[in-house]
Amino acid sequence: MDGVNTAGVRAAARVRACADGRGGTCLPVLEGDGPLALRRTRGSGTEAHVLLVGAMSGPLGGDRLSVRADVRPGARLRIGSAAATLALPGQHEAGARYDVRLTVAGGGELHWLPEQLISVRGSELQITTHADLDHGARLVLREEQVLGRAGEEPGRLTTRLTVRLAGRTVLDQQLACGPGAPGGWDGPAVLGGLRAVGQLVVVRPEFEEKPVTARELGGDAAVLPLPGPAALVTAVAPDALRLRRILDGASALLAPARD
Amino acid sequence: MSRGALLVLADGRFPAGGHAHSGGAEAAVGAGRVTGAASLEDFCRGRLHTTGLVAAAVAAAAALGVDPGELDAAADARTPSPALRTAARRLGRQLLRAARVAWPSGELDALAGRFPKGAHQPVVLGVTARAAGLGPADAAYCAAYESVSGPASATVRLLGLDPFDATGVLARLAPEVDAVVSRAVGAARGAVGEGVDALPAASAPLLEVGAEAHAGWAVRLFAT
Amino acid sequence: MHLGHSLSHGGPDAVSAGARRPDGARRALRIGLGGPVGSGKTATVAALCRILRDEVSLAVVTNDIYTREDAEFLLREAVLPPERITAVETGACPHTAIRDDISANLEAVEDLEDEVGPLDLILVESGGDNLTATFSKGLVDAQIFVIDVAGGDDIPRKGGPGVTTADLLVVNKTDLAPHVGSDLARMAADARAQRAHLPVVFQSLRGEDGVRDVAAWVRERLAAWTA
Repeated sequence: MDGVNTAGVRAAARVRACADGRGGTCLPVLEGDGPLALRRTRGSGTEAHVLLVGAMSGPLGGDRLSVRADVRPGARLRIGSAAATLALPGQHEAGARYDVRLTVAGGGELHWLPEQLISVRGSELQITTHADLDHGARLVLREEQVLGRAGEEPGRLTTRLTVRLAGRTVLDQQLACGPGAPGGWDGPAVLGGLRAVGQLVVVRPEFEEKPVTARELGGDAAVLPLPGPAALVTAVAPDALRLRRILDGASALLAPARD
Repeated sequence: MSRGALLVLADGRFPAGGHAHSGGAEAAVGAGRVTGAASLEDFCRGRLHTTGLVAAAVAAAAALGVDPGELDAAADARTPSPALRTAARRLGRQLLRAARVAWPSGELDALAGRFPKGAHQPVVLGVTARAAGLGPADAAYCAAYESVSGPASATVRLLGLDPFDATGVLARLAPEVDAVVSRAVGAARGAVGEGVDALPAASAPLLEVGAEAHAGWAVRLFAT
Repeated sequence: MHLGHSLSHGGPDAVSAGARRPDGARRALRIGLGGPVGSGKTATVAALCRILRDEVSLAVVTNDIYTREDAEFLLREAVLPPERITAVETGACPHTAIRDDISANLEAVEDLEDEVGPLDLILVESGGDNLTATFSKGLVDAQIFVIDVAGGDDIPRKGGPGVTTADLLVVNKTDLAPHVGSDLARMAADARAQRAHLPVVFQSLRGEDGVRDVAAWVRERLAAWTA
């Protein structure tokens, strides 16, 4: 943070989850460096829990961060983060990049539930999240972007979310906002002046039998069945709290019925 | 390329079903987000740079001969709203009907055989451009312009907006239409070598959400 | 047909008015019903469905100004099973959907034939519009224009494409004539003058079998279509 970092930080975190053969999940790979650290926390039942801990604030301009999570057959992994991620301006001209790659094998299940990403004024960040699922894999993926801290102009933020299911891309969407983004991003077709936007992707083989039906969720949110056993919830809200409330409600709607 | 054929294809009176669609404008008017010429311009600009760009790139790629099946799947992945996927296929089928009469071609016949319930409209638009002797930029222009002209003319009917003001909006957006077309054609050329993942995927959350809300309205003037 | 190119792939028919479906079978006869708002188009369609549904296989396409109003009336009245009634959105321009850009109506007609066919007859009802609205020959084989006595007894004299050229002119709600001061004899004379030899039917749907004459005309058309 003292000028040493002119080229930006390069950091990667990796986790691999495997079935341990006793009905549980083990983590033969769990590593992170620089600002990205992974901690195993107490799991529940057969599911392993991992927390992404930001050891320093970031990403800053010029940083290149990546997270890889790989869930093998029969394993169940839940990844959260300890706090919201702040995209901050850096001394570096180039923006920051954050690259998330998730792979889930058939019979595996991944919950990717990081806290919000906050695009701070003057920052420039490009996030790519790519989930690649085999047939029979399960996924719950939530991403939330908050444009600026309270009352603040946002930075420049570009997100791209792709979900590939058994080799077929079922969702590919990019969102660009903030100063320098193509025009109209804050207008009535895109974000309508709202400051929090989020996506929840749920993939469950059961949706083949019982397809999700499209529905409006009230506010500015909707459940959108994707091609294949998958659904996207898209929500736009005035702030992070209201966005989370909508996505939590949608998540309960799409969760398996409890016995 | 034939500028005459481009005018035929780009004509708002080309009988391919577009008149019954507002491009999300009816939902935005209903939500109180489009209330006059200024908010219409914002709306159109946002649509142009998101779904307009994607449609233009898909149309250009189809005009360059990229496989329509792959393009249709790419359009699906870029259209999470089922209401909009259905509308895009319906409009594709309607365009194909008109195109096969206007520019009879084996490629259009083959497309009809492969997608009896319709392919995404921009895919059909690109193949139609080929049949009409037009190029990728022509196809992209039709898609990009349609992404703003549809909402503008619908808003004239929905709000009683002064038609001169609506046309003024379109004229002011013209340079941005040029820019979007240029991006779209560049991406489409990339897709020829690298595959359809190279196509843009710009999305507009409120258009997606609004389309689902609108599909549930009991009383509406437009199909989308 | 005026189009020479072959349709060899089994996709949707590229031409609109051809008498054959892609599989070579004869398609249904399509009859359009147009006319001003409130003249009784939907009531006539409902009455025709009731009287003809046991004789022929039929379906209805409605073109509402507000999407589904007329379709829902027909559904409520249960004149046909719901899968035989389709609504087409018209983007606030009902005449465009039946005349200038008929593609959505053609899709609806073909989908009905695919999904509930084989059909003998499809009634295409226009959204209420003005006196100039007529159906494209690419969409329907014959058209009925419905006006009513309450709309003013000078309508036949005023003419317009619907009144003068429709294959059948229906003057509806004759039971109201004494109450609204309409002169039926004058309407009949004006209609004859405007339409030369084209037929005119005066009807009231309040009476038993009120749609009898229109139904008879439809039966004649069907007989000619299948001959």
